[in-house]
Amino acid sequence: MLDERSLEEIRRKREEWEKTCLQPYVERSKERQERFETLSGIEVKRIYDPTDVAHLDYLKDLSYPGEYPYTRGVYPTMYRGRLWTMRQFSGFGTAEDTNARWKMLLKEGQTGLSTAFDFPTLMGLDSDDPLADGEVGKVGVAVDTLKDFEILFDGIPLDKVSTSFTINPPAGIILAMYVAIGDMQGVPRNQLRGTIQNDMLKEFHAQNTLILPPEPSVKIITDIFEWGVEEVPKFNLISISGYHIREAGSTAVQELAFTIADGMAYVEAAIERGIDIDKLAPQLSFFFNSHNNFFEEIAKFRAARRMWAKIMRDEYGAKNPRSWWLKFHTQTAGCSLTAQQPLNNIVRTTIQAMAAVLGGTQSLHTNSFDEAWALPSEEAVRVALRTQQIIAYESGIPDTIDPLGGSYYVEWLTDKMEKLAWDYIERIRKMGEGSVLRGVLKGIETGFFIKEISNAAASYQRDVEEGRKIIVGVNKFAIEEKLKIPILKVDPEVQRRQIERLKNVKAERDNEAVKDALDWLRSAAENNENVMPAILGAVKSYATVGEIMGVLKEVYGTYKKPIII
Amino acid sequence: MEKKIRVLVAKVGLDGHDRGAKVVARFLRDAGFEVIYTGLHRTPQEVAMAAVQEDVDVVGISLHSGAHMALVPKVINYIREYGGDPDEIVILVGGIIPEDEFDDLKAMGVDGVFIPGTPISEIIDFIKEMVPKKKEQARKKKAVA
Repeated sequence: MLDERSLEEIRRKREEWEKTCLQPYVERSKERQERFETLSGIEVKRIYDPTDVAHLDYLKDLSYPGEYPYTRGVYPTMYRGRLWTMRQFSGFGTAEDTNARWKMLLKEGQTGLSTAFDFPTLMGLDSDDPLADGEVGKVGVAVDTLKDFEILFDGIPLDKVSTSFTINPPAGIILAMYVAIGDMQGVPRNQLRGTIQNDMLKEFHAQNTLILPPEPSVKIITDIFEWGVEEVPKFNLISISGYHIREAGSTAVQELAFTIADGMAYVEAAIERGIDIDKLAPQLSFFFNSHNNFFEEIAKFRAARRMWAKIMRDEYGAKNPRSWWLKFHTQTAGCSLTAQQPLNNIVRTTIQAMAAVLGGTQSLHTNSFDEAWALPSEEAVRVALRTQQIIAYESGIPDTIDPLGGSYYVEWLTDKMEKLAWDYIERIRKMGEGSVLRGVLKGIETGFFIKEISNAAASYQRDVEEGRKIIVGVNKFAIEEKLKIPILKVDPEVQRRQIERLKNVKAERDNEAVKDALDWLRSAAENNENVMPAILGAVKSYATVGEIMGVLKEVYGTYKKPIII
Repeated sequence: MEKKIRVLVAKVGLDGHDRGAKVVARFLRDAGFEVIYTGLHRTPQEVAMAAVQEDVDVVGISLHSGAHMALVPKVINYIREYGGDPDEIVILVGGIIPEDEFDDLKAMGVDGVFIPGTPISEIIDFIKEMVPKKKEQARKKKAVA
């Protein structure tokens, strides 16, 4: 960013500094480590100076917020205009329990809702399925039919609040339920705001909520795009997620690369379907992890924005600048939380949350300090939310846009991460013979992603075991301790109550209408039509999640993941 | 040559968090154990059947779903039902387990509970110590009977 003469002077000064100042010092007092590196294994140099970023062109590579390539942020005023949405992921027990927790969070100043479902719902099973035994309402709220959604959103006006749903194979069913509640409340569909995660590719790489095989999974996601751009134009139809890839053990570079590659795959699927890319793009969102290595995380977020802008504009030819934006949600790293000395997790989460804000996130979930033990207690959730509020209102961090822009290290690292991520994406594109969509599907088939992530996880663990990576309170500064934090217990009666409700719904609904709706869905799936209108019909007839997924399983078959350690 | 210790690493129930199970499986294998990994989403019956058929010395069950109090005793009961002897097998549980449930799990027949952050070397040492110990206890118990 400087002219050649100034750079030359800096290089000369640097050599002089190394010889006369640094070397004698290092000879007397050695550095703590031979090599410093980020969590992705990128070597961190002793110091960065203008020569490290000399190749960057400010206007081309950074520019101003709200302008291509959006490295510094997607909005012209960022948090000076509006703070990020504080969106704590929550849900447990029955719809009544979760509705009460949500009302508490809204009262405490949370600005958006985010739904955690229990495992049976996530896996498309009803609460009375034998496989659901012991898991109903445990890690999230149990939802079997529209009846549960009516209770969940009781007293919550859908035109005022936006809701995020972390759900994947049954994402279309949940979107249909939300639309049905909006219809009941009299909220026009084009006013509904929220997000469904709906990202199956990362399920195959990492999160493992697997029901249908990869290709039909992508087909249904594309159906949701095609239906959603017309019916719910303000709703994010997918949250392309790196979070779970990272939690499964990937490096930050892999998280970035695989997430962007998945995003490209979805866009390619939409283009193949004939969906107008400029119409769809504003309804795409992203979801990243924020881990402990502060600058690497900030660089990752900035690199992601720049990459996506280039991809949408230059590769896929989106015309509207709005289509070039990468908007993202961040969650702090669950896998970084320790069961030992749990209060230390508040500090970890604070650092991670600051990285997300300095990286320009649109919304944020901060983990609670007790989550290596159980679902968070109310007190722990409150501290997590307060962490965001302190960053927002006390730290001054949000008062200027992209305050680390121009830092020699952060700019160098942003550029480095982008380059490393592109290397991966080009490998994936090659696996797909020019198509990223085919490349990602190929990578799922061959176990490419699973192996990459497992190897990174094992290598991280080895570093921890052998003391090369320090985890405070775990492999250093450990103490004998007795747990003193209160643990949230889910009422064991939940399963019985939920099954009871399901039985009542089944007794009261019009079973002929349910059968007709499910037949319609079967025929839509068999004839390769868009399944969303039939799913909405089925939901409104009070068909269960298990019945609707059951039809899709019959038509498309099920998927078993290859066993790779 | 001493017989290698056989370990079944199992994911039971619906949760898909397999990072811990896989990393532990890999490290146990590197430590010289024979390791069988069940893969995801297994029922208690499937895990118990695998434990009996593979004649393992150790069953390590990984859960992040909060369903351990319901599913772990089922695994143990099915092992017995399928003709295995849970008194001879070292039963371990790992994952998100509240501390106040450790004792309940132990009362059900679990020998060790390992939470996030446990060094894997600790699990390896525990297995090496417990396998012969449990077999010895079971032998004595049978001799008395």
